[in-house]
Amino acid sequence: MGKVTGFLDFDRVELESREVLDRLDDWNEIGTPGEVKTLQEQAARCMDCGIPFCHTGINMGKGPGVSGCPLNNMIPDWNDLIYQNRWQEALQQLHKTNNFPEFTGRVCPAPCEGSCVLGINSKPVTIKSIECEIVDRGFEEGWINPEIPDKRTGKKVAIIGSGPAGLACAAQLNRAGHTVKVFERADRIGGLLVYGIPNMKLDKKKILQRRLDQMTAEGIIFETGVEIGKDIPAANLLNLFDAVVVCIGATKPNNFLQNIPGHDLNGIHFAMEFLTGNTKSFLDSEHTDNNYISARDRHTIVLGGGDTGTDCVGTALRHGCKSIHQFDVIPKPPLERLQDNPWPQWPAVYKLDYGQKEAKAVFGADPRRYKTSTVEFLNDSFGNIKAIRTIDLDWAAPDKGVPFSPIKGSEQEWPADLVLLAMGFTGPEETVLEQLKLERDPKTNIKAKDSTYSTNVKGVFAAGDARRGQSLVVWAIQEGRSAAREVDRYLMGNTNLP
Amino acid sequence: MRKFQGLYHPSYDHDACGVGVLANLNGYKSHDIIRNAIQVLENLGHRGACGCDPATGDGAGLMFQIPHAFFRKECQLINISLPEVEEYGIGMVFLPRDSKNRVWCEQKVEQTVLAESQVFMGWRDVPTDANQIGELAKRTSPFIRQFFVKRGKNIENREQFERKLYVIRKVIESAIYQELSGDDFYIVSLSSKTIIYKGLLRADQLGSFYDDLNDEMIVTALALVHSRYSTNTLGSWQLAHPYRMLCHNGEINTIRGNKNWMHSRECSLSSALFGDDITKLSPIIHEGASDSAGFDSVLELLVSAGRSLPHALMMMIPEAWENCEVMPDNKKAFYEYQSCLLEPWDGPALIAACDGNRICTTLDRNGLRPFRYVVTNDDFVVGASEAGVLDIDPEKIIDRGRLEPGRLFLVDTERGCLVADEKIKYEISSSKPYRKWVSNNMINLEDLPISSATPGYDKKLLREHQQAFGYTNEELEILLSPMATEGDEPIGSMGNDTPLAVLSNKPQLLFHYFKQLFAQVTNPPLDAIREKLVTSLASSIGPRNDLLTETPEHCRQVRISRPVLTNTELSQIQSLNYDDLKSKTLPMLFRKTSLSDALEVAVNELCIKASRSIREEGVTVLILSDRGMDRDWIQIPSLLATSAVHHHLIREGLRDQASIVVETGEPREVMHCCLLIGYGATALNPYLALETVRSIASDGLIDCDGTIAQENLIKALCKGILKTMSKMGISTIRSYHGAQIFEALGIQQKVIEKYFTWTNSRIEGIGLQEIEIEYRKHHSQGYPDRPLPHSPLLEDGGYYKWRADGEYHQFNPQSVALLQNSTRLGDYQIFRQFTDSIDSQSQHLGTLRGLFQFKKVQHSVPIEEVEPVQEIVKRFSTGAMSFGSISKEAHETLAIAMNRIGGRSNSGEGGEDQERFDPDSNGDWRNSNIKQVASGRFGVTSHYLVNATDLQIKMAQGAKPGEGGQLPGHKVLEDIARVRNSTPGVGLISPPPHHDIYSIEDLAQLIQDLKNANDKARIHVKLVSEVGVGTVAAGVAKGKADVVLISGYDGGTGASPESSMKHTGVPWELGLAETQQILVQNNLRGRIVVQADGQMKTGRDVAMACLLGAEEFGFATAPLVVTGCIMLRKCHLNTCSVGVATQDEKLRKNFSGKPEAVINFMMFIAQQLREHMAMLGFRTVDEMVGRSDCIEPKLAINHWKAKGLDFAKMLTTIRVPEHFARYCCEVQDHQLEVKLDRRLIKDSKESIEKGSPVQLNYSIQNTDRTIGAMLSAEVSRKYGERGLPKNTIQVKLKGAAGQSFGAFLAGGISLSLEGETNDYTGKGLSGGIISVFPPFKVNFTAADNVITGNVALYGATRGQAFFCGRAGERFGVRNSGAEAIVEGVGDHGCEYMTGGRVVVLGSVGRNFAAGMSGGIAYVLDEGGVFSTLCNRESVDLEPLVNPEDLSELLRLIETHVHYTGSVRGKEILGSWSETRTKFVKVMPVDYKKVLLSKILERGTKVETN
Repeated sequence: MGKVTGFLDFDRVELESREVLDRLDDWNEIGTPGEVKTLQEQAARCMDCGIPFCHTGINMGKGPGVSGCPLNNMIPDWNDLIYQNRWQEALQQLHKTNNFPEFTGRVCPAPCEGSCVLGINSKPVTIKSIECEIVDRGFEEGWINPEIPDKRTGKKVAIIGSGPAGLACAAQLNRAGHTVKVFERADRIGGLLVYGIPNMKLDKKKILQRRLDQMTAEGIIFETGVEIGKDIPAANLLNLFDAVVVCIGATKPNNFLQNIPGHDLNGIHFAMEFLTGNTKSFLDSEHTDNNYISARDRHTIVLGGGDTGTDCVGTALRHGCKSIHQFDVIPKPPLERLQDNPWPQWPAVYKLDYGQKEAKAVFGADPRRYKTSTVEFLNDSFGNIKAIRTIDLDWAAPDKGVPFSPIKGSEQEWPADLVLLAMGFTGPEETVLEQLKLERDPKTNIKAKDSTYSTNVKGVFAAGDARRGQSLVVWAIQEGRSAAREVDRYLMGNTNLP
Repeated sequence: MRKFQGLYHPSYDHDACGVGVLANLNGYKSHDIIRNAIQVLENLGHRGACGCDPATGDGAGLMFQIPHAFFRKECQLINISLPEVEEYGIGMVFLPRDSKNRVWCEQKVEQTVLAESQVFMGWRDVPTDANQIGELAKRTSPFIRQFFVKRGKNIENREQFERKLYVIRKVIESAIYQELSGDDFYIVSLSSKTIIYKGLLRADQLGSFYDDLNDEMIVTALALVHSRYSTNTLGSWQLAHPYRMLCHNGEINTIRGNKNWMHSRECSLSSALFGDDITKLSPIIHEGASDSAGFDSVLELLVSAGRSLPHALMMMIPEAWENCEVMPDNKKAFYEYQSCLLEPWDGPALIAACDGNRICTTLDRNGLRPFRYVVTNDDFVVGASEAGVLDIDPEKIIDRGRLEPGRLFLVDTERGCLVADEKIKYEISSSKPYRKWVSNNMINLEDLPISSATPGYDKKLLREHQQAFGYTNEELEILLSPMATEGDEPIGSMGNDTPLAVLSNKPQLLFHYFKQLFAQVTNPPLDAIREKLVTSLASSIGPRNDLLTETPEHCRQVRISRPVLTNTELSQIQSLNYDDLKSKTLPMLFRKTSLSDALEVAVNELCIKASRSIREEGVTVLILSDRGMDRDWIQIPSLLATSAVHHHLIREGLRDQASIVVETGEPREVMHCCLLIGYGATALNPYLALETVRSIASDGLIDCDGTIAQENLIKALCKGILKTMSKMGISTIRSYHGAQIFEALGIQQKVIEKYFTWTNSRIEGIGLQEIEIEYRKHHSQGYPDRPLPHSPLLEDGGYYKWRADGEYHQFNPQSVALLQNSTRLGDYQIFRQFTDSIDSQSQHLGTLRGLFQFKKVQHSVPIEEVEPVQEIVKRFSTGAMSFGSISKEAHETLAIAMNRIGGRSNSGEGGEDQERFDPDSNGDWRNSNIKQVASGRFGVTSHYLVNATDLQIKMAQGAKPGEGGQLPGHKVLEDIARVRNSTPGVGLISPPPHHDIYSIEDLAQLIQDLKNANDKARIHVKLVSEVGVGTVAAGVAKGKADVVLISGYDGGTGASPESSMKHTGVPWELGLAETQQILVQNNLRGRIVVQADGQMKTGRDVAMACLLGAEEFGFATAPLVVTGCIMLRKCHLNTCSVGVATQDEKLRKNFSGKPEAVINFMMFIAQQLREHMAMLGFRTVDEMVGRSDCIEPKLAINHWKAKGLDFAKMLTTIRVPEHFARYCCEVQDHQLEVKLDRRLIKDSKESIEKGSPVQLNYSIQNTDRTIGAMLSAEVSRKYGERGLPKNTIQVKLKGAAGQSFGAFLAGGISLSLEGETNDYTGKGLSGGIISVFPPFKVNFTAADNVITGNVALYGATRGQAFFCGRAGERFGVRNSGAEAIVEGVGDHGCEYMTGGRVVVLGSVGRNFAAGMSGGIAYVLDEGGVFSTLCNRESVDLEPLVNPEDLSELLRLIETHVHYTGSVRGKEILGSWSETRTKFVKVMPVDYKKVLLSKILERGTKVETN
């Protein structure tokens, strides 16, 4: 390790973001690259633990949160390299476990930091910023070039879906010498990376594109605008390819509110509809085509407290919404870990994410309201949403199998012109699954073994949210890589892929 | 051979003992010598031991000259008419009791005598009286007869006759041992000069058993006696000493290698003196012979073949000549010449040998055994392991002395005098032109031409090779980089929790299937740093010629200064091409495409090539090389190739004709190098490791250039090799070479027998096929069939730190989190998840116990009927972790927790703050009930010892057995310094050995000392599991310890060299099973509690330990994790972020551990144990102990490597009589009631109660040991650390005091002795005053007289000691506060001293002040040579000018004169103004710095005031 006493000598420094009010004027990324010296000092805080919990990637608590990095990023190793100013080697180490550190370095909620040993009694190492800087610098310095395999195996693999799982899978399989074709029904490659995540969090033209360029140069064939199951019958792939990997994500949105009055009013949209349209319009025309749902001058309410909800908040603010609120049914998380949520579990604590921070800067308060459930969407009598009515929940009084009960008399009305539903996703869409006759698990995800990623149909594999259900980008990459390893083993009888 | 039950094998036995020699210098024979010899034997009785049945001793014996008149008389009675003196020889024989076998043996004897053309004269029954000997001795006693052989006509002279008798004995033995074992037939002696009477007897039984010895007609001028202490008690008559030529006290550590080399030499022996008879001598050493017997056999061979007795002893136990600058050149040349013939027999040894006319005694180069002698004015000499073994009128004494390290003591009755060491060695070393021979024939490596340039590496090739040889990132970072930068072995912490190689899922290097053995109890490890002068890494390459002759060509060899070679040096060896020195390189590779068994075929071919090269091409240096490894060729494991060739050549009788040098990419850590050397390589060139560090350096990753990095790496490896050797107590690489000091863990017996012959391997395991698979896997890393495009990175490794795709660790993110959370929340369900994660090792075979399952052999019982958790936890203790290695907070939390539940916490070795001895006001008690006594003896005072229920002698610790420790100055904070009696800021050293334990009888002495120091405490002995630990445990039980702790090799620690943590010792499962089996078998189990520890974490672990034989259990790492440790593994850096293992004030604030969590842990473990007990049907722990029948190997082990393991021996239930105990149910009889101290206490009762002064007088002898300790305990209990006012209890004594005189003597007590003392005087002196002076009427100069033995004032903390006379080795070792004056000392004076004052008014030996870090010594340097004798690495020598110093010295000398009446002292005072200028002040550098800064500090304070 670099500096034995680094964690005593330096405090954690959050890397600079752009001024909140400045950044709301554009769609550029909110972060700025860190100063080298600061980053080296921050890397020096790493204690190079005998057990680096940051590098673990397993579920340890009761909740869904993961402890440490699902990709098992070699965090202490590259922290040390950065401290020693050995960026290129750090990049190699980083790429050894992660095909796309520039994505995770931007959008990952960083469970690594949540389980950082230093976090027990101090502030964790700024792992995510360091990761991001390593790869960004790698691109700038020209260290990241196409890695073209010496020999081709002659085996062909089709990958359905070009989200993080599909891309990671494609990259790995291609390097193992297979001929890989990626099918994407949208007009752009990237799935969630391109349309699910707004540009201020992940820049499409620069950050995403340079990686796609590298992959294309390595020989991966991308087919956009082709929907398997519609344009090409899924079963046909089985004849055309030696293996098929289904990475279609979990795109069916949850809608807990479909039975409450007014749910079909105009102005109520799923978050993805809102976000996708916005990004597409931005990329196509810098929003000049107006082909998106705008929150401008509208009272906007986001239902759901996750990352997607935050993205809706950030996007709506940039549109110039009149007001913004975000409702969640759960209680406000504690400021510090509760006794039953000890380290190294994912810390279920209250945090101000970028969207909320921006909302607070504009409107003076965190837009989130907790223990709040929607009971009615109110009609402006033209079929448009006018307001929503909510009720507060009592989490101390569970009721009929649910952990809370409504508090009588706590109803409130909130003016609303735009309501965005960001309540998560239920699973993959059916078409491909049905055409390939793939079995599903009880949660409607594709049933594929943890160890082999193989489905009930020979030669068909599944990875990413389509298999494990809605999750983090980092898990998707992990699944894509692991599935690639298993596909390689399936095709060749052995594998050198990690 | 006998069949042995379970894990026991007799080759694990050790012994040690008391030795005595007696002689009349003029050769005048008398019966007095016999009588005195028996008296000496009885007075040495306490150095021997008794087994389970107190009447059976471990062995005693006596050798003397054949008393002609006696035998003539006796033979007349049985109608044998003996010829004249010297015309006949007598054989003393142990025969089978069974008459058919006996007659058969007798016929063999008679036939052989006749066949060798000598006259067989008849048999005599030796009269014996078995009434007084023990049951076991009786049961195994042989039929004892003597036979008489008359010199045949073909024999010309006496020497030739003696030689013939030797041949006859060898022939008889070979013939009979083909049919019978050594237990049934044994020739005690067969000689025309000497005869031996010995047996499985107690020292005091010899005279009554052999009636002959009481006959006044038995007269002799010489006698050797011996009293034996053996670790086992399975009776063996023939193992008593003397052997045919010698008695031995100590142990030969290198015996395996010495035997191998002798074996390989047998074919090449030739001697004109023997002629054709030479072929009849094989085997020179019988397989299975003990180290002493083996030594005896070779000594006998050398002497029979014409070398004199001292010459032969100088060859076998050379003194430390390599680094000795003052040695005469001819002597040095002699030793160098001999080193080309014979490797040293290394180890602690006092050898007393007799050739009929001379007695020659020699001591090993380290001087690790005591020998004291007295010469009288009537030409009588008596020497023995102790002073005072014979009551001699002081007025008759003209010389009293001691044998010094590496010296000879020769009593020559032909010359009629004692011959001085210098004289005899001068005679021998100038008998031939050794210097000329050496200069003309030996070649220096650096003088050889450099052949071709070594092949270069580019980055890609380097990476490929690194991968193909299995290098990991971690190895580069954790091992190689530090070695290349610092030239030192890297340090780590927190022990080892990864699986054994055979259980690992990762491909392993073959090296990792071996574990280093280490010295433990029966021999001491060495301090290769502070006692460097006795060590040597130099050796030579080339053939060895016949052992029995001496010619100039014998030393035609290439000198090398160290065993690790640079590429250039290797190329020089490759260039060797003379007629008599020729090298040849043999590739050790196999073809990748070859089919099954490729490895086996290749190894066998390599062996054949090797022997053919020697036979047909005259090659004398075989270079085994894997340089040719590439895509198509895979390396043969270098260890396999080396050892296979080594053993093949031994079997072919060719081994001596060529050296083996290994050129290999494989080795990169110390252990690897050690294995290659230990299995036969003289030198090795680790070219890939060298290339790797060069590239690390040239990439700028470390701060030095490539050449320096390589040099540093070699330096680090060599240091590590030396360290590894010293862990076993071996000083020179010549004797380590081929000594195989390893045990194999997880290798098939078949492989061992063929390629690693005579290596211990007890649980079977993998074969060559599995090894081949592993090496193919490594190779394919570098040369994959389908390479990926991006630049390949090395594997992470994950052996040292947890990594997701690295090696499995029992402590991993999940287990740590679950353990912490469950114990903090007190949640048994979560704790279950934790233990399940540890116990269910279906995917990861973490431990041996993980491969076992419980077997129900009886009905379960309801859990309510099982003893409650509150009772079970009393059997639990926490491990020894010193305050110093862990923080005060962590240390006290553990103590509070254990005291609340009635378990025990352990102080560790750093002493303990007195304020913890009494309970706090809130009811908590921070006292550690187990107080540890380790080699550093930090803060071990009488008061410390009385504040314990248990005293633990740490013989070794799991993480680094065989090593000492060092607490760097920056960690010695105020608090720590205070409890360790040292100076803040000054580093502290724990020596590798306890300097009062060099053998098993020494340990018995320390046990006795501690029992005296606190008679209410149980005495523990902590051992680390290794092969043979069971026999050591048996020795410990016989030494009267109350508890023996078997510790696993995997224990955690503050800091330890990485190679020690990973590669030394074995899991506790093996050691515990062996211990239980041997204790039960020897019927010793009932007397001693067995405790086990080592990475125990779950109730299942404890249950397994219990079933394997433990009744108490220790936990260390797990409770630390409970208090917050997260396995940062930074203990050695003082940066533990959770405040557990750090002294940093700021970090300690982060400590969040709570006693409640520790208690939860203990209770949960106990609860789990109860659940297992209920299931298995045990209501109490006692019932469960040692029930290995309730364990079976898991049925479905389908791990590809582990499936070859066989646990049958480990799980054997030992068949013994019903009444033999299986758990501790008796108490040891310490015989404290008969101690002199009981009288002292009685007689000073009033003083102790009221503090009133008293004066007492007694006379004593050498069997009165540890005088004063028990009395001190009484004082300390009542008066605490300070004791009574000075001189309150004054005890005047007369005589020779036994060992440990005045040990732990408390303040207020003074012992004044007119006479002399033995070893360990003033050990742990705690404030009392000791003075020793000779009687007034003596005929020698007191200042030249040795008055006290070795290791005086070891670990003394306070008080004063005055010796009117000289002391032995290691005077004042680790003194931390006492003041002492002595009139001369042996080697290593003031070693490791950290405080106090030592004044030496006479000459000193070598290596004075080694490792001294505190206190001051004043040495009177009259000869002006002191500076050459002083080890000046840590001290400055200054003239004595400071008035404060001078007045201090003056005061001390005046006090010395006051207490002892020293003539020397008076003389000095008389000429003070002149003499004072001759004193040198020895001042430790660090100590001076700290004192100076204090003075400055004080100065500034004054100024600011």
